[in-house]
Amino acid sequence: MELLILLLTIFALAIFVGWEIITKVPPTLHTPLMSGSNAISGIAIVGAILSASTSNDTVTTVLAFLALVFATINVVGGFLVTHRMLDMFRKKG
Amino acid sequence: MGNEFLIDTGLVNLAYLVASILFILGIKGLTHPRTAVRGNFLGAMGMLLAALATLLAKGLDFRVILAGIVVGGLIGAVAAARVQMTAMPQMVAIFNGFGGIASVLVAGGALAIVLRGQAPPGLQMIIATAASGLIGAVTFTGSVVAFGKLQGLKLFPSSQVIFPGQKPLNALVALATVGASVWLVSDPTDIVAYWTVCGISALLGILLVIPIGGADMPVVIALLNSYSGLAAAATGFVLNNNVLIISGSLVGASGVILTSIMCKAMNRSLTHVLFGVLGPAADGPSADDVYGGNVKSASPEEVAMLFDSAQRAVIVPGYGMAVAQAQHAVRDLTNLLESRGCSVEFAIHPVAGRMPGHMNVLLAEADIEYDKLKEMDEINPTLEQADVALVIGANDVVNPVARTDPSSPIAGMPIIDVDKARTVVVVKRSLSPGFAGIPNPLFAMDNTLMMFGDGKKAIVELIAALKES
Repeated sequence: MELLILLLTIFALAIFVGWEIITKVPPTLHTPLMSGSNAISGIAIVGAILSASTSNDTVTTVLAFLALVFATINVVGGFLVTHRMLDMFRKKG
Repeated sequence: MGNEFLIDTGLVNLAYLVASILFILGIKGLTHPRTAVRGNFLGAMGMLLAALATLLAKGLDFRVILAGIVVGGLIGAVAAARVQMTAMPQMVAIFNGFGGIASVLVAGGALAIVLRGQAPPGLQMIIATAASGLIGAVTFTGSVVAFGKLQGLKLFPSSQVIFPGQKPLNALVALATVGASVWLVSDPTDIVAYWTVCGISALLGILLVIPIGGADMPVVIALLNSYSGLAAAATGFVLNNNVLIISGSLVGASGVILTSIMCKAMNRSLTHVLFGVLGPAADGPSADDVYGGNVKSASPEEVAMLFDSAQRAVIVPGYGMAVAQAQHAVRDLTNLLESRGCSVEFAIHPVAGRMPGHMNVLLAEADIEYDKLKEMDEINPTLEQADVALVIGANDVVNPVARTDPSSPIAGMPIIDVDKARTVVVVKRSLSPGFAGIPNPLFAMDNTLMMFGDGKKAIVELIAALKES
């Protein structure tokens, strides 16, 4: 129960922090914000690694493997495409 | 309760804390184009740290993990390098979906692992597992449908799909997802219940997105973005893992904020976007009444003469510009006009394009400096001082009816007031209505000239005419 309260505290505070900084992102950067935050939601990769390392039979190993593939696409693709876009916003010259 | 996944090492949790700080600093970097590249890099470093720390914390089977990361990394890198900027909305949509399905699989795997052990899963774990499965599956199939619509796949009609009994059916399926979740929570040892939750939620995701089309897509993508974050946060509660909770809620907040910005920019509620059907007002004026022989078509040469004497031009790009791939031609036009002493600015409506900020990315790709891109609220008060307003492939977002006719379906929607400029030039294929399905009296105004044709071709011809004059 104590752990749950701790996790809920983290959850609530993180939402407030997110709200405060994200409202300051200008509309010009909304697309990179989406693809960048999308990459961050690939944090499921941590869960996938945990799953893979705890898995104890074929079914759970396959589930973990698939989760890893999807989460990694999300992370790698998300950060790279965001970088590609943001590079275009750099002042030329 | 899911303690198999609890990481006791203080060092790893410290690494998670650093990763979370990097994510927050990363998003903070996105508040300005100058710091954005560094911000994104910080976020990526945070992710690398979180993944490495997890890997090292458990003495694990590296083969499966390495294989998964190599396969996923390759697919992601190739997709990121290849995607066209015009295709960005569907790319983000499908990535949202991948985040969602990853959460579904992780939560399902975790439940299966716990069920192999001695103790049944605790209440927190099972509720969180149900939430992961539900939100993750809705995100996945909803995103796949959104991807299909945006990509123009034949399987998914890009327009709104409406059929009789749709709302009762959706309500029934939504109730069924809740029912299955209750089943899972009351009998946490039955993994079939979990996959039932996921299956019905997958159906719900499809049903929720098929009725949404065209200009409402930015709202859907932003909402699915938020869901993918919430699914990750729910998975964090499954695994008792704080870095998942923090990152997931950051993304969840981001998606909710963008969703509400998009809704406000269309003066519609989220409920109306998701469940309402937008159609032409039954008693609205017909196209013939509005246009009635007052539409003036102009040649590129005539428009070039207008620009010859202009001091200040404002360009209003819409989705049509992206479809015609006209952004590079628009950049050439901008450079030419500026070399002749005419200042050029861009007026960007928040819902122009198919995702939030889409136009800005397309124009940035064409090397147009970001300080020329003005937000609607910033540029509207200055439009009276514009000699020419050039509208390229935009329609509803410049329709003055939004200001004047309270019975119109777009009444109250904030628009870019191009009608206040001295002259308006509209580049458009035909007089066909935009997504809202209503005629636009702007096209028939005395100070409006229509340049009919493909956006790119029209701009290229205009440039040629300007060079000759």
